[in-house]
Amino acid sequence: MEQLAAAQPDLAQVWDWLSEVPDPEIPVISLTDLGIIRNVEWQGDVLVVTVTPTYSGCPATGIINLDIETALRERGIEKLVLKRQISPPWTTDWISAEGREKLRAYGITPPVDGTAADGRLAGRVARMAGGSNLTIECPRCGSTKTEKVSQFGSTPCKASYRCTDCLEPFDYFKCI
Amino acid sequence: MPSLPDMTTADAADLARAQAAAHPGQTAPRPDADQEALFEALLRIGDSTLILAHRVSEWCGHAPALEEDIGLANVALDLIGQTQMWLGLAAEVEGEGRTDNDLAYLRDAWDFRNLLIVERPNGDFGQTLMRQFLFDAWHLELLTALMQSADPRVAEIAAKAVKEVAYHLERSSDLVIRLGDGSEESHRRMQDALDDLWPYTGEMFLSDDKDVTPAAEGVMPDPSSLRAKWEAVVREVLDEATLSIPENDFAHKGGKQGVHTEHLGYILAEMQFLQRAYPGASW
Repeated sequence: MEQLAAAQPDLAQVWDWLSEVPDPEIPVISLTDLGIIRNVEWQGDVLVVTVTPTYSGCPATGIINLDIETALRERGIEKLVLKRQISPPWTTDWISAEGREKLRAYGITPPVDGTAADGRLAGRVARMAGGSNLTIECPRCGSTKTEKVSQFGSTPCKASYRCTDCLEPFDYFKCI
Repeated sequence: MPSLPDMTTADAADLARAQAAAHPGQTAPRPDADQEALFEALLRIGDSTLILAHRVSEWCGHAPALEEDIGLANVALDLIGQTQMWLGLAAEVEGEGRTDNDLAYLRDAWDFRNLLIVERPNGDFGQTLMRQFLFDAWHLELLTALMQSADPRVAEIAAKAVKEVAYHLERSSDLVIRLGDGSEESHRRMQDALDDLWPYTGEMFLSDDKDVTPAAEGVMPDPSSLRAKWEAVVREVLDEATLSIPENDFAHKGGKQGVHTEHLGYILAEMQFLQRAYPGASW
């Protein structure tokens, strides 16, 4: 029994390891920064890692699972099960404060919480009329004079914006 | 059961089975019995998102601007992801050992339950966007209702998808307004698109005997209950787009019962080619 216990790294250690696994699309932030690791637990001698997808069709999901598996197997975890959990659905509110700063430094404006689309016309019209209180800061010069180029950017989780001061195009990690 | 395990390796699957055998209380639930009505209802949603995703993905590399190409591909991707969840649940409910992939790739046209509007050819960019807008407005109302489903498996998929679809609707309504209230040429094309597609919207709200049980059990909304909210959004956007809603109430129907237009066969021929020619192929 003692041998078995010694062979099982504690969960804090496992979380530490997972915090070193980068997101495959945005490698400056880790899977734990992104908030997609929902749970880690030992079930007997099997390590069960519960992961939630960001967007339901995100093609990085398969790579993320592979990266988790690779990282944990390298640390000697032999019995591993990855579980997919979709409820509660992932929200950008779960991106850590540290993760947000890493995004900004990388050139991606982090999500402005509470600004998720609801599909309602009122919000859309307000935004079109310039009455929006949604301020997206340019990650390079910090200007708030920015405009949306497209609701969908280089990945499903990002929108394309442009800074009208420094003229740089940039990605905004949109709020969901 | 709240969610489906996603086994990424063969040995992980073996471990799970071994673990299940060691803990009889944790064995996988038996396939749901007598769930035919739910199976049908799930196909009606999952087949609509699948066929629309395929249609939209046909634009990949052909859209009028790079941003639109990326936007269209992202919408298609969201819809495919949602399809995997809906058809995955349908397969589980059916309990015959089929998977989401089997349902997508190994059924013929008469087994598909999608709305006819999603199999309409793409036409020009305006027609593609008008179809998307009319669908998105319905899709958002449907998912909002499904979040209250008595079946937690349905409710959790809806809660995930609704966040994505809110962005779809914002994008498509924005573009419908810009093009409708745009140049003479873009206005004309958007009005033509609306005239063509309007007779395909009625089917969204028609019920048949297969809708009765899921609606009575609170698992799915009665299709007709979505109409008022859908119409309010559609009228507001189309008004702003300076487009006129056709007077005619005629509705093409049959998709939900497996009676399709000729277009679906061509879609399936392309979409299912690989699995038909190379059965079991994977990567």
